[in-house]
Amino acid sequence: MLFLLAAGLTLVFGIMGVINLAHGSLYMIGAYAAAWTAMETGSFLLAAIAAIAAAGSVGMVLEMVVLRRFYARDHVDQVLATFGLVLFFNQAMALMFGRQPLFVTLPQALSGTVLVAPGVPYPVFRLLIIAAVIVVAVLLWLFIGHTRIGMLVRAGATNREMVRAMGVPIRGLYTLVFGLGAALAGLAGLLAGPIYSVQVGMGEQILISTFVVIVIGGVGSIRGASIGALLVGGMDTLLRAVVPALLQHVMQGPDADALAGGIASMGIYIVMAVVLLLRPRGLFPSL
Amino acid sequence: MSETLTHSRARQMALPWLGMLLLFAVPFIVQGLGIPSLLGLATRIAIAALAAASLNVLLGYGGLVSFGHAAYYGLGAYTVGILNAQFVSGDLLFGIIPGTNQLWFTLPAAMLVSGLVAVCLGALCLRTSGVQFIMITLAFAQMIYFLFISLKAYGGDDGLLMRRPNIAPFINLHNSAHMYYLAVVCLIAYVLFCGRLMRSRFGRVIAGQRQSERRMVALGIQTYPYKLLAFVLAGMGAGLAGALTANYAHFVSPDLMHWTQSGDLLIMVVIGGAGRLWGPLLGAAVLIVLETMLSGWTQYWQIIMGPILVLVALYSPQLHRRLDLSA
Amino acid sequence: MISRRTLVATPAAVGLASAFRPRLARAQDAKLKIGFITTLSGPGGYLGQDIRDGFQLAIDLNDGKLGGTPVQLFVEDDAFKPAQAKEIADRFYKNEGIRLFTGIVFSNLLSAAVPELLDNDAIYVSANAGPSTFSGKDCHPNYYVVSWNNDSLHEAGGANAQRLGFKSVMLLAPNYQAGKDALTGFKRMFKGQVVKEIYTRLDQTDYAAEMAQIRDAKPDAVYQFHPGGLGIAFMRQYQQAGLLGQIAMTVAEPSMDNTIVTALGDAATGVTVASHWNTDFDNAANHRFVEAFMKKYNRIPTTYASQGYDAALAIAASLKGTGGKFSGPEAFRTAMVPAKFDSVRGYFAFGPNQHPIQNWYALEVQRGADGKNMLRTTGEVLSKYGDAYSAQCKL
Repeated sequence: MLFLLAAGLTLVFGIMGVINLAHGSLYMIGAYAAAWTAMETGSFLLAAIAAIAAAGSVGMVLEMVVLRRFYARDHVDQVLATFGLVLFFNQAMALMFGRQPLFVTLPQALSGTVLVAPGVPYPVFRLLIIAAVIVVAVLLWLFIGHTRIGMLVRAGATNREMVRAMGVPIRGLYTLVFGLGAALAGLAGLLAGPIYSVQVGMGEQILISTFVVIVIGGVGSIRGASIGALLVGGMDTLLRAVVPALLQHVMQGPDADALAGGIASMGIYIVMAVVLLLRPRGLFPSL
Repeated sequence: MSETLTHSRARQMALPWLGMLLLFAVPFIVQGLGIPSLLGLATRIAIAALAAASLNVLLGYGGLVSFGHAAYYGLGAYTVGILNAQFVSGDLLFGIIPGTNQLWFTLPAAMLVSGLVAVCLGALCLRTSGVQFIMITLAFAQMIYFLFISLKAYGGDDGLLMRRPNIAPFINLHNSAHMYYLAVVCLIAYVLFCGRLMRSRFGRVIAGQRQSERRMVALGIQTYPYKLLAFVLAGMGAGLAGALTANYAHFVSPDLMHWTQSGDLLIMVVIGGAGRLWGPLLGAAVLIVLETMLSGWTQYWQIIMGPILVLVALYSPQLHRRLDLSA
Repeated sequence: MISRRTLVATPAAVGLASAFRPRLARAQDAKLKIGFITTLSGPGGYLGQDIRDGFQLAIDLNDGKLGGTPVQLFVEDDAFKPAQAKEIADRFYKNEGIRLFTGIVFSNLLSAAVPELLDNDAIYVSANAGPSTFSGKDCHPNYYVVSWNNDSLHEAGGANAQRLGFKSVMLLAPNYQAGKDALTGFKRMFKGQVVKEIYTRLDQTDYAAEMAQIRDAKPDAVYQFHPGGLGIAFMRQYQQAGLLGQIAMTVAEPSMDNTIVTALGDAATGVTVASHWNTDFDNAANHRFVEAFMKKYNRIPTTYASQGYDAALAIAASLKGTGGKFSGPEAFRTAMVPAKFDSVRGYFAFGPNQHPIQNWYALEVQRGADGKNMLRTTGEVLSKYGDAYSAQCKL
């Protein structure tokens, strides 16, 4: 899930140089669209389409109306503006759906578990997520690496001016790329809904982790995003699983758990700090 | 022509003093209007302005976009809170430091703690630049946020209650006017100090590296120590603001260090005019007043706040050129 | 330039002043102001909504009055943030002059917002949170609890588990005061073996790791305390992990209130619950409450609504006892302590620490007459039970 979000965000940042805090909001929009569609129609497939379409279209509209004006501006202004967008979207969702978290029920086929290995049951839905992410990763790699548009995207990431000078309609390209990033975010939202609950503010929680992934992986690089996501996700899970047990030896009960939780959360930031100090541009910078 | 020049210069010089006079007169104005709650609002604005002013040193003058400034604000607040908790319980902090509720000790202690952390974190963060700098400052702030959430001994994410504010001779912080004056005095002192600083050689280097790092290097100036010092001074200012807020609200919680708080500080600096001496005060006033008014109308106030921010971001440079609020 | 600024500043100042004119300025009809700080948003939001709706219902059924005094309810959302709860409390106290407060759902918010109110002669009547810290040596004459002491809720749970014959139990609760109280309380009454104790996080939505641990430990039963939306998420994942039906689950009311039952559908069948109230209690006050609630709000009341309702009735009884006037904490207390009102749960009295003495019952999630799952009362667990801390209170 981190990968999906990170890939989208890194594309946007790498190609267009815009920091978009509202990426988390697109994720949330996708999740809400999916949840609502699922509740109204009961079809998971329709919900999936709705999520991607909703997030993608909102994303493109956003790009055309707002973000376009910020390409030439400082990072501060971009941060400010997208921060404002985050507030707006959070409240808009609260207005439309109320502040109660929505719970998406999965169709029979997808709930329940499957034996991955003898004695190791694993929820089907999570397997689906992993599968989806792998499929998307492969598709992205094909798209960016092996199609004309992908080539334009890569070119734009390395040298924007040159691409424009060559007469490529850069505006349309930007809108498309942004829409793609948004669609990815929407997909992530769709997949996240049934596990976490769909609620206002869900975007921010995951956004920071997404930024960490991008910085570690290197801005503008999909490969970096995937490695980064693996690293961050893996480190996070590892710490959550291991640290509490370790601390139990030293401290008592609930305080140990709280401290462990804190340390586990801190873990990914420490990793990022280390990476940045050794390689200030991330592991696989494309800029 | 020389008359117009001196006229506007005189106006420019008089303005801050008039402003300060106005600040000191607020409690009386408030009493006259008969709306005591305004004093609390004014105090909150003063404290926020102090925090924003400290960020202004980094962002406005130095062009360093720190997205984690709230960490120092929170550290200052927690220093006061923890010292108070130790005082109430009678235990020694780390086994050697006694708790205290004495203002003359807690305020400098808060500044010291945030300053020390700023040195450590600044040393690391300043090795990067551009977007990485923004991200790494954000990340460290989040780290500190999670650290305090996990400290159950001091409330964790439930926060730490201070049933009584700090004490000092001649000052009673239960009295809202005293609290307000304390905040205003700290604010004015810090801002004047910054103004002084920015007119010195130090200030020129900082401003210079904002305009062009390369030029500074070409001139043979090592910018890194200057940036670090700026980082520390900014951190200490935020720490002071944090200590004040602990005394005002009687409550500290990790929320003070949340990245949205850092975002708010950035907004205040930009609205007020980055790099302008009294900009942070204006920015803080506008933001807090706007928030308070909007939330009085509807619980969905952020839906209006959001687009306003977007517009501000879009038009602020032009706005500032027009209004020309300079220091 | 100055003129442009003044142009902007003046209307702003006027607007500002008008936004702050205290509501006291309105025409006075001596309404008693009650400050209602509660959680209306986020996963815990429906708890606050129910308490508010229950409380408001009592006011409505009495023509806008409690105990003969017209009241005005000031409701605000603390958004589950201790700092915000405290800020609202301070504002209500200073700007609106409110001296009677109620409504907080969660114990951690109560610990942040209430102490300073009590220190300054305001009264707090709790309709839900009952942290044990305030039931014992930190009890306060201005502080009343109408719902339950957090521990005793789970002591009932433990007694119920004991009664149902479970020999080994695994415990889970979020890591905050009420969570810790929960497991402490359970262990006080449960005499079997506690296989493991797990503290989850209050903002946790993913319980995969915990489900794995439950599966490994294979206890007779699981006892978990996850109120509101947390409970729904937990139970869903319990079912998804295939544990429902394999390992019995027994809980206390907050983990399986009527809203959770409705949301979970089949995922809740067979769960046993310890509670002090249910919709099917057979007394006049309860019948009146349930009917009126369902008519006005078109949903089944949860225990939180019943607690809000009872809190209003308790306050009404006190106001009636002081002749319809609110004249300060002492007079309020004298009239409050005898608890002369008909609680919807049947028997109710205040203990020496101003927390309830009441009966506890066993419920079970069963299929009702309409085919949907509901909570049915199956027996009594504890009779006229107070809490374990009252002896430490020096009131």
